[in-house]
Amino acid sequence: MLLRKVTQSSALCGTILRIPPVVSGGQRQTRAVVGVQTSRLYASQAAQAVLEKPAAVGSEAATKVEKKTVADESKSFAVNIFKGQIATPQVFPFPSALNEEQEQFLRELVGPVGKFFEEVNDPAKNDALEKVEDHTMEGLKEMGAFGLQVPADLGGLGLSNTQYARLVEIVGSHDLGVGITLGAHQSIGFKGILLFGNPAQKEKYLPKLATGEHIAAFCLTEPASGSDAASIKTTAVQSPCGQYFTLSGSKIWISNGGLAEIFTVFAKTPMKDPKTGEMKDKITAFVVERSFGGVTHGPPEKKMGIKASNTAEVYFDNVRVPADCVLGEVGGGFKVAMNILNNGRFGMAAALSGTMKGVITKAVDHAANRTQFGSKIHNYGAIQEKMARMAMLHYVTESMAYMISGNMDSGATEFQIEAAISKIFASEAAWTVTDECIQVMGGMGFMKDSGVERVMRDLRIFRIFEGTNDILRLFVALNGFQNAGNQLKGLQKALKNPIGNAGLLAGEITKRAKRKAGLGTGLTLQGTVHPELAQSGDLTVKAIEQFGAVVEELLIKHGKKIIDEQFVLKRVADCAIDLYAMVVVLSRASRSLSQGHASAQHEKMLCESWCMEAYERVTRDIKTLHSSDSRRLFKNLRSISTAMVENGGVVSPHPLGF
Amino acid sequence: MSGRVLVGVKRVIDYAVKIRVKPDNSGVVTDGVKHSMNPFCEIAVEEAVKLKEKKLIKEVVAVSCGPQQAQETIRTALAMGADRGIHVEVTGKDYDTLGPLQVSKIMAALAKKEDAQLIILGKQAIDDDCNQTGQMTAALLDWPQGTFASEVSMDGDKLKVVREIDGGLETIKINTPAVVTADLRLNTPRYATLPNIMKAKKKKIANVKPADLGVELTSRLEVLRVDEPPQRQAGMKVETVDDLVGKLKEAGRI
Repeated sequence: MLLRKVTQSSALCGTILRIPPVVSGGQRQTRAVVGVQTSRLYASQAAQAVLEKPAAVGSEAATKVEKKTVADESKSFAVNIFKGQIATPQVFPFPSALNEEQEQFLRELVGPVGKFFEEVNDPAKNDALEKVEDHTMEGLKEMGAFGLQVPADLGGLGLSNTQYARLVEIVGSHDLGVGITLGAHQSIGFKGILLFGNPAQKEKYLPKLATGEHIAAFCLTEPASGSDAASIKTTAVQSPCGQYFTLSGSKIWISNGGLAEIFTVFAKTPMKDPKTGEMKDKITAFVVERSFGGVTHGPPEKKMGIKASNTAEVYFDNVRVPADCVLGEVGGGFKVAMNILNNGRFGMAAALSGTMKGVITKAVDHAANRTQFGSKIHNYGAIQEKMARMAMLHYVTESMAYMISGNMDSGATEFQIEAAISKIFASEAAWTVTDECIQVMGGMGFMKDSGVERVMRDLRIFRIFEGTNDILRLFVALNGFQNAGNQLKGLQKALKNPIGNAGLLAGEITKRAKRKAGLGTGLTLQGTVHPELAQSGDLTVKAIEQFGAVVEELLIKHGKKIIDEQFVLKRVADCAIDLYAMVVVLSRASRSLSQGHASAQHEKMLCESWCMEAYERVTRDIKTLHSSDSRRLFKNLRSISTAMVENGGVVSPHPLGF
Repeated sequence: MSGRVLVGVKRVIDYAVKIRVKPDNSGVVTDGVKHSMNPFCEIAVEEAVKLKEKKLIKEVVAVSCGPQQAQETIRTALAMGADRGIHVEVTGKDYDTLGPLQVSKIMAALAKKEDAQLIILGKQAIDDDCNQTGQMTAALLDWPQGTFASEVSMDGDKLKVVREIDGGLETIKINTPAVVTADLRLNTPRYATLPNIMKAKKKKIANVKPADLGVELTSRLEVLRVDEPPQRQAGMKVETVDDLVGKLKEAGRI
C-alpha cells in the first residue's frame, strides 16, 4: 500500500478535513510500490520521486512534523505557496552568491569562453558533421570546459553553481549540441561522483574527467524504462564473496554513450529487507569503467537536433564491477539519480537563457532593419508584442536560473520544486522565443543560413529529456501537495487537542474565515518588494492566497487519489510555475530598482507585464480547478483519448465521407 | 644578459564593439563597453611566451599603463603564459591624455629598471592607431628596433627580424637589447584557457606609479574633437555603360 489510509474527519470552519494520505507515505511504504505494474506507474513514479527525497519531506521529516504539529520550517518559496504561505528567505532579496574573488575570477573566465565559441566553434559545421569537430573538442578540453565544477585540487576549476551557470549560459547561446556534450559529462555524467563519491572515488576518477581525458555518461534510461525510472531492468548481482557485482543490461539514448570511458549506471540489486527478510530489488548506482570489459555501444543515433552530441545505446554484458564502485549506498540508487538530476536542472535554465538571448539578438536585428510597407517592421504592434514577450520570457528564465544557483550556493537543500520549475519553464520559454524569432524573421528565419532553425531543432529535446516536462509537472504538484498535506495533518492532530493548540487553531481558523470572506489573510509582500512594484506584489500575494485555498480544497476533495488526478495536477503545477516566475521577477526587478540600475525602469515594465498576465493565467486555472464544469471537461478529454486509442487514430470520419 | 622580455599590453575597446562617439565630441563612449587586450599586444605576448618556451629567454613581464582595470589585461597576459605583471597606474586626466610618448617613457624607464633584454610591443593599438610607441621607446633607449615583425628568431646575441614592408618582406639583423613590434602575421595568439587563468591568479602584479619611475606624463597634444566617420552616401544604379561613363565624367573622375 503506497499510502496509509487516513480518513478521519473533523470539522474546521465548516469544512470537512479529510487528511490526504498522500502525505503519510514514508519511504518504507513507498518503495513497496516499485515493481507493482499498474497503470498508475506514471504517476506513482513522480510520487516516488517526491517521497524519496532526503530532505525535509522524507519519512523522517514527516514524523517530525507529526511531533511538532504544524511546525514546518521549509524555507523553499515553492513549498510554502502550496500552504498558502509566503517564505521569503530564498527569494528576497535576489541572491548574490558570489564573493569578490569569485566574481573577479568569473569576469576573467567569461571573455575567453565567449571568444572560443565565437572564433573556434562552428555550430553549423558540428550540426552537419553530427559530431563536435575534433579541434573544437580538443580546444574545449584545453579550455578546462570539462571540469568546471571539479575541485581545483582535483584538476578542475572548482566553480560554484552560479559561476557554472554563467559559463554554460555562453555555451547555450552558441551551440546546444556542444552544451549537451559538456552537460552530459559534468552535469549528470560524473555529478554522482562529485555529490556521492567517497574520497577514494573522487581522487581516482575526477582528475581525468576534469581534463576531458575521460568522458562521462549517465546511464538511466532503458528501452522499457523512460519516465518510469524505477522500472529499469538492468541488474547488478553481488558476488557471494561481496567483492564485486555482475552488471547486465542495456541502456538507450545515452548522451556521450559512444565516447565515454566512465559511466554512472543505475541497476537493480536484489537485497534482503532487514525487517521482513524478503528479497527485494533495489536500485543501486555504480561507477563503471569501459575498461572493466563487457561494455559496448551502438552507432550514434540519428536525431532531430543536438546532432553534434553523441547519443548511443550502451550495453553491459556481465560486466564485473568492483564493490568499490558503488556510488552512495547499495540500494540507494534512486536517491542518487534524483539528486543528480535535481542538482543539474538549474544549468539547463542557465544555458537556455543564453540561447534565448542569442536568438533575441537575431530577431531584434532583423526587426530593426527590415522595411515593409515603408516602415521598419519593429514599428508594428504585431512585431512589438512578440519582441516584448520574448524579452519577458528571457527575463524570467534568467532570473530563475540565477536565483536557484544562488540558493544552492548559499547552502539551500530544498530547491527541488524550484529546480524542476526552472527546467520546465526554461525549455518551454526557449522554444517559444525561438519560434517567435523565426516568425519575426519570416522566410529568412526558415533558411538554414540564419542559424535559427538549428536552434529550434536542438531545443525540442529539452522538453523531453532529464525528466519530461509532463512528469516534472506531476513532480512539482505532488511535491507541493505532500508538504501542504503535512501541514493539514498537523492541523488535524492539533484538533484532537484543541485546548493545548488553541493559539494555533485560532490562527488557522481566522485565516480560513478571512479567505472565505474574500478578505486578505494578512499575507503581504509590502516592505519586501520595491514600492514601485507594490501592485505586482499585491497581485502575487492574491494569487498565492487563492492558490493555497485551492490546494487545500483539492486535498480535502481527492485525498490520496490526488495522485491519479493528472488533469488537476497539471493545472496545479502550471499555477505553481507562474507563481514562482512572478516572485523571481519581482525580486530581481526590486533589486534593480533599489540599486538604481540604468535598466531598472525597463525591468519594472517586464516585471509588471509579466505579473499582470501571470495573475490572469493563475486565476483562470484556479477557476477551472474550483469549477464543476472542469470535471466534465476532464472526463471528455479522457473519453476522447480512449476512443482514439481504440480506433488507432482520429475517430471522426472525413467530412467528405471518404 | 638578463633573459628578460618586457611586453606591453594595452586595454582597448573590444574589436567587436561598435564604437560610439560621445555627444560632446570629446571622445568615444567607454563606460559599460566591453574592453579586451589590443589584438597586436596579444601577438606580442604570444611571441614572448614562444621565445620562453624555446628557452631563448627566461622571463616574460607584461606591462600595462592605465587605471585599475588594466590589471584585467595583465591577467590575460599572465594566463597566456607571462610570468609576472607590472601595472603602471595612470588615472584620471593623466590617463585621458596618455599617448605614445608618455607610454614610451614609461617603457624605457622600466626596461632600465628591469634590465630587459628585449621589449616586444604590438605595432599599434586598434583604438588610436598611433603606431609610434615601439619606435619612440627604441629612440629613448637608443636601442635598435625591428618594427612590423612577421618573424623573429634569435641568432646568437643578435635578433633576426623579418619585417612586413610595402611590397614585400625585409629581413634585418639587429643587436640586443632591442625593441620589436609585432605585425599581424607574426603568430596566432593562443587562447587563455580557464585552468591557466586560474593558475595566473597566483602570479604577481606589481603596482608602480609613473613618478616612481621618474616619468613625467604631461602631454603637449590636445584633442580638439572626435567625430563619427562620415556616413557613406547611397549609390545609384545606371542602365548602360554609356550612362556610367557619362556620370563618371560628370563627377570629374575620368
